[in-house]
Amino acid sequence: MYDFPLIFRIPRPATSRIPMALTREQIESIAALARLELTAAELPVYQRSLSSILEFVGALERADTASVAPMAHPLPGLSQRLRPDEVTEQDHHAEYQQNAPQTAAGLYLVPKVIE
Amino acid sequence: MSELHHIGLTGLAAGLRARRFSSVELAEAFLKRIEASQGALNAFISVTRAQALSDAAAADRALAAGTGGALTGVPIAHKDLFCTQGVRTTCGSRMLDDFVSPYDATVVAKLKRAGAVMLGKTNMDEFAMGSSNETSYYGPVRNPWDQRLVPGGSSGGSAAAVAARLVPGATATDTGGSIRQPAALCGITGLKPTYGRVSRYGMVAFASSLDQGGVLTTSAADAALMLREMAGFDPNDSTSVEREVPDYVAQLDAPLAGLKVGLLKEFFDKGLDPENERRVREALKVFEGLGAKLTEVSLPNLPLSVPVYYVVAPAECSSNLARFDGVRYGHRCENPRDLLDLYRRSRGEGFGAEVKRRIMTGTYVLSAGYYDAYYLKAQRVRQLISADFTRAFADVDVVMGPTTPTPAFAIGAKTSDPITMYLNDIYTIGANLAGLPGVSVPCGFVGELPVGLQIVGPHFSEARLLSAAHAFQGATDWHTRVPGGFA
Repeated sequence: MYDFPLIFRIPRPATSRIPMALTREQIESIAALARLELTAAELPVYQRSLSSILEFVGALERADTASVAPMAHPLPGLSQRLRPDEVTEQDHHAEYQQNAPQTAAGLYLVPKVIE
Repeated sequence: MSELHHIGLTGLAAGLRARRFSSVELAEAFLKRIEASQGALNAFISVTRAQALSDAAAADRALAAGTGGALTGVPIAHKDLFCTQGVRTTCGSRMLDDFVSPYDATVVAKLKRAGAVMLGKTNMDEFAMGSSNETSYYGPVRNPWDQRLVPGGSSGGSAAAVAARLVPGATATDTGGSIRQPAALCGITGLKPTYGRVSRYGMVAFASSLDQGGVLTTSAADAALMLREMAGFDPNDSTSVEREVPDYVAQLDAPLAGLKVGLLKEFFDKGLDPENERRVREALKVFEGLGAKLTEVSLPNLPLSVPVYYVVAPAECSSNLARFDGVRYGHRCENPRDLLDLYRRSRGEGFGAEVKRRIMTGTYVLSAGYYDAYYLKAQRVRQLISADFTRAFADVDVVMGPTTPTPAFAIGAKTSDPITMYLNDIYTIGANLAGLPGVSVPCGFVGELPVGLQIVGPHFSEARLLSAAHAFQGATDWHTRVPGGFA
């Protein structure tokens, strides 16, 4: 079985701002934000595993990054390329809607939004 | 003539041009192997027999007319996250079970233009999230070396298919090791190119700052040929780099003597299986014998790469997978009460357990109050890891180490604890975080199971990595070993 790297065994800083474990209510709120319906059986499973993941990634707190800028692009010196604002696409409306679960008259159908 | 499935991609392309066999013969031979193996390995999600035979017949006409490209008539498979027009693209998920892409991914289009014939779409971890191919909605892929074991992931279907000689080459993608790790566990060659080298257009997105398409083949020479046809600038991918594609094949025989190799100190820690370590050290001796100069290099922040990854990748995944809303495409629940119910149940039913776990992790680390502590912090540490590599490459040409801590493990062995599963990628994630190219080559066996040597180089050093791997494969025969039962 894999032996955890050393970083995982160093105690967390006393000033840690990162919570050790998530509550059931927090899991429910994360699932609501993520638009995911969870079953009653799934909730405790995610509560355990998300808590252990957060504890694991909490190791990041130990790195000294005081003078380090967050990485914005994997290639140094590069940023997002822009293209001229010209129309290049044709209308693929009908083809794209072939994958839609429900359409009518070229529109996507959803349950009634306004009463 | 040796059996067709032992010839390899380069040999098959040459044999087709010399008309020693036809593309239809090849397609038939490999399709037969795919269909016979499916019950044992489950390497494919879709087998496109009719389309393949008709494309092969067209390839034979092109070959007869002398109008073929570099891969005309050569059979390949695509990982099922590359969009293929008219052929369903599931990404290993119930969410996309009946999704048929209206367009081809750039990689698919380029390989088609080079003449390659697609035989099918390979199985994979759901949305490429996994290291064992156990999260697929279509069931696990089994390792051809021992069917009780995983093939690695997330490109487990492509790796198993190439290892069992069901296809001579397959496309794959690597977000945290998903090409190199299954290549190591299946005893084949896997190349993850520099970020931006291969277009991501038409690749179903998982973590956009890490995802990169690449190849799985049986040799570095074959990887060079396939990559040369796949790589290049694509205006449809805003992160694609405008830079000429070198002829990787022509540069394969670049001399290895004098190559400065850095041994990654942090990779030879106590987490590494001792037998696996021995095989890697023997491989390093081979490089020394070929004239490489070995020194140890230290990348002190590298051990933090897994925690960085499990903040950055879920964060990007939670954004990317927000597009699955049950409205425009993908799974939709029955009888939604209202719009919110439609979103929540469609997503709850359509996504599997690991995907939901990562979406929620990502949602949490991006949420108000935690964004600085997790996401920004992780991007800062990512910068430190990237700087470690830059410093190392001031002194050495490439760095080497093991691809994985252990050989393949049993199906089910690591599914209960996500952290144990995540740590499988401990040696591969660093290259993704820094956008670097990496290759895994077979370097021996632990018992009956293959293990891999990983070579990572500076940005756009694919030619160097491939020529080093090619020299190693000229001095060893590990890459020619075929799992029993698939000879």
